[in-house]
Formats: sequence, C-alpha cells, structure tokens
Amino acid sequence: MNILDLLFGEPGAAVPHRKDTRYCVTANMPAPATVTLMMSQHIGAPCTPTVAVGDTVAVGQCVADSDQFVSAPIHSPVSGKVKAITSIRQSNGQIGQALVIENDGEDRVSEDIAPPEVTDKDSFLKAVRNSGLVGLGGAGFPAHIKLNPKNIDEVDTLVINAAECEPYITADFRECMEATDDILDGIAAVMKWLDLAHTIIGVESNKPDAIALLRKRAAARKMKHVTVKVLPSRYPQGAEKMLVNTCMGRRVPDGGLPADIGCVVMNVTSVGFLARYLKTGMPLITKRVTVAGTGVQFPQNVRVAIGTPISEVLDFCGGMHEETTRLLMGGPMMGIALPDPSLPVVKQNNAFLALTEEELRAHPQSPCLRCGRCVAACPMKLVPTSMADAYQRGDLEELKKRHIMSCMECGTCAYTCPAFRPLVQNFRMAKAALRAKK
Amino acid sequence: MSQLLLSASPHLHGKDSTRTIMRDVIIALMPSLFAATLLFGWRTLAITAVCVASCVASEYLSRVAMKRPQTVSDLSAIVTGILLAFNLPVDIPLWQAAFGSVVAIVVVKQMFGGIGCNFVNPALMGRIVLLGSFASTMSEYHLPLYAPADAVTSATPLASMAAGEELHYSLLDLFLGNRPGSLGETCILALLIGFAYLLYRRVITPVIPVVYIGSVFLLSWLFTGSATVAFYQILSGGLFLGAIFMATDYTTTPVTRGGQVLFALGCGLFTVVIRQFGSLPEGVSFAIVLMNIITPYLDRLTMPRVFGATKGGARK
Repeated sequence: MNILDLLFGEPGAAVPHRKDTRYCVTANMPAPATVTLMMSQHIGAPCTPTVAVGDTVAVGQCVADSDQFVSAPIHSPVSGKVKAITSIRQSNGQIGQALVIENDGEDRVSEDIAPPEVTDKDSFLKAVRNSGLVGLGGAGFPAHIKLNPKNIDEVDTLVINAAECEPYITADFRECMEATDDILDGIAAVMKWLDLAHTIIGVESNKPDAIALLRKRAAARKMKHVTVKVLPSRYPQGAEKMLVNTCMGRRVPDGGLPADIGCVVMNVTSVGFLARYLKTGMPLITKRVTVAGTGVQFPQNVRVAIGTPISEVLDFCGGMHEETTRLLMGGPMMGIALPDPSLPVVKQNNAFLALTEEELRAHPQSPCLRCGRCVAACPMKLVPTSMADAYQRGDLEELKKRHIMSCMECGTCAYTCPAFRPLVQNFRMAKAALRAKK
Repeated sequence: MSQLLLSASPHLHGKDSTRTIMRDVIIALMPSLFAATLLFGWRTLAITAVCVASCVASEYLSRVAMKRPQTVSDLSAIVTGILLAFNLPVDIPLWQAAFGSVVAIVVVKQMFGGIGCNFVNPALMGRIVLLGSFASTMSEYHLPLYAPADAVTSATPLASMAAGEELHYSLLDLFLGNRPGSLGETCILALLIGFAYLLYRRVITPVIPVVYIGSVFLLSWLFTGSATVAFYQILSGGLFLGAIFMATDYTTTPVTRGGQVLFALGCGLFTVVIRQFGSLPEGVSFAIVLMNIITPYLDRLTMPRVFGATKGGARK
C-alpha cells in the first residue's frame, strides 16, 4: 500500500470473509437421475448438441461442440440416454438451449477417454480445448484461447489466481488444500508447453494454510520458478487487473490484456483440473462448489456433476431454511440472484449461497452525500459520483468520457455507498446502452 | 421456502450508512461540547439545544411542506445544529441562534434539495448570515470562566493580533481553549480528540485538515516572518473547528484526491489573506464557503487517470 492510499483511503473494500466452510473437506455428491447441460457454459458462442434425442452416451463423451473460435466443448457427466433437447431461461435472463440426459446409473466410461498426447504447444492447446476447460473462477472464458494470446512470445510469466476475494466462497481454497500437487503439475505443464520462465501464485492473506502448503510442496519439489505471493485481503484483489498489478507490479493497459505486460492468468482450480486431465483424459464433467450462507442447513464444499439441478445440490446440503430470501449463484459481490433453484450447475459455478436480508445488510437507498467513498474505493480509478450524475441525466456521451467502459463491475462502489445508491447497477445499464448504440 | 428476491450485484453492503456517519460526527463533537460547557458555562448547552432543536424542526417541517420523503432520521440536522452552536458566542440571544438555524436548514440546505444537494456548508452560512444581521452580538466575546482578567468580555486573540495589541494568552491557554471565542472553536485539545475519533472511524481522511492547517501555518509564517505568530494564528480563531468539521463536510467538498488538496490549499490561502489584509479579524468561514462554491470545478479539474491508462487516456 502506498502513502497516498494511506492518506486518501485505499482502493477496494474490506468485505467480511465469512469463509466458514474452509475446513469442510469436499464431499462427493452422487450424480443425479437426470442432468441438464446448458449449451452456453462459457463466454463466447454457445455449443450445439452433437448427439440426438434417444442416443446413448457414456461418461466423458463429448455431447456438444461449436466450430466458433471462442467456445469450448461440453461432455456428459453420466452414462445414459439423451432424453430431450429443450430451452431454458438461463441465470442471465436469456433463453438458452439445453441437453437433458437420463442417468442409467451404470457409470459407463466412454472408450475415447485416454490421456491426450502432447508433444508441442499446438497439441497442448488442442488438448486444453478438448478438455472443455473454461475459466473456473467464474468468468468462464475458454482456457485454450486465454493461454494463446497473439503475443505469446512476449509472455514469460504465468499468474495463478488463488485470491478468492469474494466472501463465503472456499472452493479454490479447498483445491489448494486437497490438490496441491495437481496445481503444481498443471503449472509445470503450462510453463513447459508455453515456454514460460516464472509462475506467481497469488493467494489472499486470509488463507495462511494454503500459502504454507503451496510453499512447502513447491519447495519439496524444487520448483524454483514458482513463487507464492501473499495478497492483501481486500476486495477485489482477485480481479485480473488487480491480481496482476499486485503480483507483477505492473498495470494492464486500459482496455488491454495481461499478455500486454507479459503474463497469462489462470484460476487455481483450472490449472489443477488441467493436470488431472493431462493424466487421465477425463474432461471437465464435475465441479467443486461452496454451498453456504445462513439459509443452508449444512454449509460445505461439494463436488457435483455439471448439469445437476441446484435444488438437488441444496437438498444434498440439508436444504434451504425458511428465512432464505436470496439464492445466489457465485459470491455476494458479483454473483447472480436466482429466481428459483431449478437451474442446472454450469462449469464456471463456484458457489451457491442461500442468504438472508440481515446478513446482506439490505437497506433502502437515500440521497447521495457526495462523501466520495466510491471514488476512493474504485480500483479502476473512476469517479462514480460524476458517473451517477451523468446516468441520472441520461448523458451517455459524458459517461463515455468518464471511461465507463473501463468499469469492471466489481461493485465496490455500491458496497461502500453509505446511501445504498445503485451505482454499479446503473453503470451496467449504461454500458449495455452504449454497446447497443455502437 | 419464502419468496426469493432478485437483485443486481453487489448483494452485500458495507456497514456504514448516512445515519452511522452522522452519529460518529456527533460523537466526535462531544469532547468540544464538554470543553465549551466547562469554559463558558451552562449557557453553552442552552444554545446548543436551541440550535439542534430548531435545525431538526426546520428539517422536519421543510420535508413535510415540500412533500418529500422524510430525512430527519439521518441525524444530519443534529450535526448542523451542533456545528452552528459551536460557531456562536456564548452571549448570543437564543432567538438569534434559532434564527440562524432556520436559515441554515431551510434556506441553505432544504431549498437546494436537502442532504447532499446544498452547495455551501449550512452551519457556516448560518453563521455568516448571523454575522451580517447581528454584527454586535456576534462579535462580543465572553471571557472563559477561568480567564485571569477582570473584564467580562474581551477581544478575541485574532482581533487583538489584527489590531496590533500585545497578546496575554500563552500557547497553552490557546491549546486548552482558555481564551474568548466562539463556543466550540477555543479548545483545540477537544477538537483534536474528535479528529482522532473521526480518523479512527474512517469518517474522514486527514488530508483536508492537515493541508488546510499546514498551509495557514506556512503562509502566516511567510507573511509575518515569525513562526511564533504563525503558531498563534493556527491556534486562534476557528481554524481547527473549521478544518476538522467544516472543510471535511462531504457534500460541499471535492471527491477527488487532487480536488481535496486544492480545496484545502485554497481554504488556507483565503483564510490567511482575509486575516492579514481584510477588515475582518477571522476568515475561516468565508474561506471555506468560497471554496465550497468552486468545489464542482475543482472536481472537474482533477479527474483521476483511469487505472492502466496511458497519457492522454485513450483506451488500448
């Protein structure tokens, strides 16, 4: 923290940790009777089914793919019969296609499952694509594209995101504790095939066990090019630009990518999964999720089959309490509130939180005081007060001049606002309006 | 299962609200209220009570009259009332104190839209209106109960300095508040305790008070050539009260880092210029109100550069 931050107030917010599930060893939930695989489980073009209704599928079999550049294939987590291809309203409100597979309970593994043959960068990236891996931190960006920036020759550092700055969520922490060697194997593979010189694993200071264990294993395996960086526990430390800035001491240019300053970023669970895939050839068909909040009977970490209805995941954890008022997919800072728990789990899900109004500190809004807390807190150095004024006037040009497109929607402004103004919520609307105008 | 509510993220909020912030400011003002009561007697409490009651009543009735949502529970009217009382001499007639409060809340705050919309500090403007309306009662300062002199009223140290008279207060007297002046301004020690509390609770940052007081010190030193006089200058008058509690008022001060520094420097400059060259002995209220007025321009002038932006600010 520099002296100016100390004087004027630090960017970001000291959100409560509430990581009560951190010592819950991941429980394995049996695959449900039917799985529903959304065709859009990543940023980019949705997949189209490669199987037809009535087809028999096996565990790990590719059931949907796309020929678009930004996309990732989807695999069946169960063996059984394709029952239907339907349309479902997704968590983002849009209607999306989904594949419904009836589980025959036989766990027949596909014959195609075999460790991929990797001999060079291209075959490595092909394997990453075939694994169905997308950014598991929540964004869901296809990994084979993220690992292949245009200027890959100028990239020399792999940054592993184990910050997990959202309250409640401990899924990545459990990956650090339970799959330490997978993480290091994955790092070694990425470094080898992409020809990178260093790796920095960024972990927030509120996870001392993970920091100690990662350091111990990296030292035991003599991985000298891997360093574990302790990050301040301050939201949004896990945002890519903030993470890279803390780890590398360099700022990603406004509108640019981490590769512009010589690094690629991967989520810690992503890199752990990648190592397992390279060993076994089993694609991404399960996901560890944190199920927590005061509305959950038995908060814990659960490994679930992708496509499991969220309601069944909640039932596995003892069900939701009566007083639950909000069900979130993801963390309380950037997660999505769900209207009902019937939606299926998708790849990039990392938490389901059943929360009450009290723990969310819900409050009606009051007039802006111009206290400037949002200005001090904005990690992108935007001025939310003037953006909010422009939004109220409907002045999109002014918003553009105020760099609204650089807003990463972390929500720190609205979190810190003592008048409970919907700041980032309005900025999202303005960004959508500006995008539509283009 | 009850009905699930939908909301756009962030779903979680910080602990602070307008009300908790105002409550903290009220707590931070309590040491000064205590000190003023010790120094000037029970009438301090009567004046403060009248100001607070008139401010709260004005706020409540304004909102009712304007058919706007009631905001009296945010406690901001109480803060204005206490601050206005702290800017008044102990002998002021109570009806004048009430008049100042009504002006502060109705004219300066509510007519411009209420909390967050006023462009100058209501308490300071209330004081300025009283100064213009009742010049004699507003400049007649009672000696504190513990002052050594026999007289009952006396010129403030700043007025004495401006008139070129010799000062019979030690720096310690000034620090503890044992000198004539407005109710809340004299005891620097109590103001500093309040300042420490506000910093601890993160209600304000140290930037504006430190830059403001520091610039008054340096400029006074520069103008008079004497560090001792500069010490007398910062410890006399309403500088600490103004710098800690008025120049840090959220609504009327800049939100950007650069703006806050310029604001505080401007306050310091105007304060010293008025004190040294104006006909008034004190300039803190006018300096802050002047800077309040140009606050929107300071904000525009000092927009920070976006994280990762290159020179010129173009997106990659």
